[in-house]
Amino acid sequence: MNATSPAAAPISIAPGREAPLLRPMLVTGRAYKHMVILLTGVISWGAFCFIYQGFIGLGLTGLRRPVFWAFFITDFVFWIGISHAGTLISAILRLSSASWRYPVTRAAEAITVFALGIGGVFPIVHLGRPWLFFWLAPYPNARMIWPNFRSPLEWDFFAISTYLTGSALYLFLPMLPDLALARDRSQGWRHRLYRFLAMSWQGTQQQWHRLELAIQLMAAVVIAIAVSVHTIVSWDFSMAIVPSWHSTIFGPYFVAGAIFSGIAALILIMAILRRVYHLEDYLQPKHFNNLAKLLLTMTLLWGYFVFAESITTWYGNLPAEMPAFWSKISGHYAPLFWAMVLCNFVIPFPILAIKRLRTITGMVIASITILIGMWLERFLIVVPGAATQRFAFDNWYGYFPHWTEISISLATLAAMALLYMVFSKLFPIISIWDVVGQAPAPTGEGIAEPGPGGAP
Amino acid sequence: MLIDLNVCTGCSACVVACRAENNIPITGAHEAARNGTIQWLHIDRAWSGGQDDFSVESRPITCQQCDAAPCEPVCPVLATYTNSEGLCVQVYNRCVGTRYCALNCPYDQRFFNWFDYQWPTPMEVQLNPDVSRRTRGVMEKCSFCSQRVLAAERAARSEGRPLREDEVQPACVQTCPAQALLFGDLADPDSRIARAWRHPRLETLLEELGTLPRVRYVRRQDAPGAEALQPGAEDDE
Ligand code: SF4
Ligand code: SF4
Repeated sequence: MNATSPAAAPISIAPGREAPLLRPMLVTGRAYKHMVILLTGVISWGAFCFIYQGFIGLGLTGLRRPVFWAFFITDFVFWIGISHAGTLISAILRLSSASWRYPVTRAAEAITVFALGIGGVFPIVHLGRPWLFFWLAPYPNARMIWPNFRSPLEWDFFAISTYLTGSALYLFLPMLPDLALARDRSQGWRHRLYRFLAMSWQGTQQQWHRLELAIQLMAAVVIAIAVSVHTIVSWDFSMAIVPSWHSTIFGPYFVAGAIFSGIAALILIMAILRRVYHLEDYLQPKHFNNLAKLLLTMTLLWGYFVFAESITTWYGNLPAEMPAFWSKISGHYAPLFWAMVLCNFVIPFPILAIKRLRTITGMVIASITILIGMWLERFLIVVPGAATQRFAFDNWYGYFPHWTEISISLATLAAMALLYMVFSKLFPIISIWDVVGQAPAPTGEGIAEPGPGGAP
Repeated sequence: MLIDLNVCTGCSACVVACRAENNIPITGAHEAARNGTIQWLHIDRAWSGGQDDFSVESRPITCQQCDAAPCEPVCPVLATYTNSEGLCVQVYNRCVGTRYCALNCPYDQRFFNWFDYQWPTPMEVQLNPDVSRRTRGVMEKCSFCSQRVLAAERAARSEGRPLREDEVQPACVQTCPAQALLFGDLADPDSRIARAWRHPRLETLLEELGTLPRVRYVRRQDAPGAEALQPGAEDDE
């Protein structure tokens, strides 16, 4: 994948404060290579399962009438949720000029782009005829057939492609000065790559001014897009007449859940980066602490939403909605439901609320349980509504996933890790110009404390 | 379509006829055990009464051909829509298989081709050449035997005359030994079905959802809550 060998260093480490931040780009250890091989293996297995499923048919999965959506849609919503980490958090922090954000933003923005790319694959994996997915795109064709703009799935198509474009731009723009730095410090194919990507960035006053303007603009735009994207994803469910899907609260509930799982993913990835790339000086406990406070807020918000959603269903006692409700509270899906409450609230809340427990290890544990819990949450939104008896017809069917579904889901997890690893080899994972401030600070506000110069 | 529950004996001849007419695949016992069957038309049985004194209501259920079909707007590729005949049609060639329509059908009357189904020999020789075999990954449902409607229309057009009322019969209607099913053109005010359509003893399934089904049922006289039989009320209606 990544042909970097420590012997022929393509980027010379100049003595300077940015050195430890450029270091991960050129020092490739054995563990890294093994990891790449392992992840590629998992991804290939997932790809094989997908192709196999394409030849046999979706009957391979555990889906049957009336559970037409399950694992893949869960994964889809989950990954789109993770993608809110980035852009939304980094954009909010940028607009509110929180100066502790500097080392966090790039990592967050990268999560967004990759999670979105992965999430966007699932609706295709889930299609009965995935090779025809492009029919969802409005392209000119001889028979003048257009997609159906009234369908929430069509809105998804536009929402996700808009968000992907926006977040890729938002990742790319703040990277320009760093790309120029890497261009000036590298030779060979890397030099050509960075020269192309840096788009003749010279760092003049005018360029800085325009860049800052563009970033501010994108930050504002991307927040609006992110909120609308997850609202539209939730509308896949709310717009349907399936009891227990048809809920007005889903828009904000999904957005809150998305930010919740997004922050958890961000904390987890930052902890890994800090460990693997020895970035202790940059990703300091105070950054984790600030993120943990955000996460705590979202835990409470999530708890509130689940409570509000459940109590209104219960009190309303609509006959069509109750089977799905009771299957979650005390029926077939109760173990999953209570595991979700445990993972999303009972475990992380004390860890995040009590200062003594709010260590980096504690936060990693909380983040992992939250990620599991949020996946379960998405599953519990999708499946019980479809699986339990709806209206008058006795069609109850217990869904159980097939190994191909599980393999494909795990493969996307591996894909996320691999994409992230390759990204961190090609681009500085921490915004160098923000953190080190070797360039003039565009906003004139305080620059984060740079770490000590030498490599750890 | 009008279905008279008083007359239906639950013999399931209509189910078999539908399967033969529309090339509905046979999915086998294994799939049947896990809800993987495809049945455009099935008989829903409701049991009432005690151990010894019970009664069974057999209700043939099919796609209700909703006037305001919830299955239609959610399809991202317009593979299902209401055609000029007022039928909710499914275009197999256009379907990409999102299965959203099936979730949004409150009657659960949409079926997905989970596999490429095969017909065991010699059953493949009796496949109906007027109906396409569906490939894996597409949705299907009752079409009110639209191939028969089209054929009758073609015949009428070539003879330069309007379609006669009794010319089109879906397979289930044609087969029903008890003549419990009545099919016709609601747009023609003189047709039998148009005259019977507003009978007070008719009911529609899940009326409260406002899907405006184009299948109505004549309620059982002995059904709980049914008003006493008005002598002569159902004659020639
Ligand atoms: S019964 Fe179901 S499939 Fe048929 S038209 Fe109504 S919503 Fe669509
Ligand atoms: S063929 Fe007629 S009598 Fe037999 S189940 Fe069907 S509708 Fe009822």
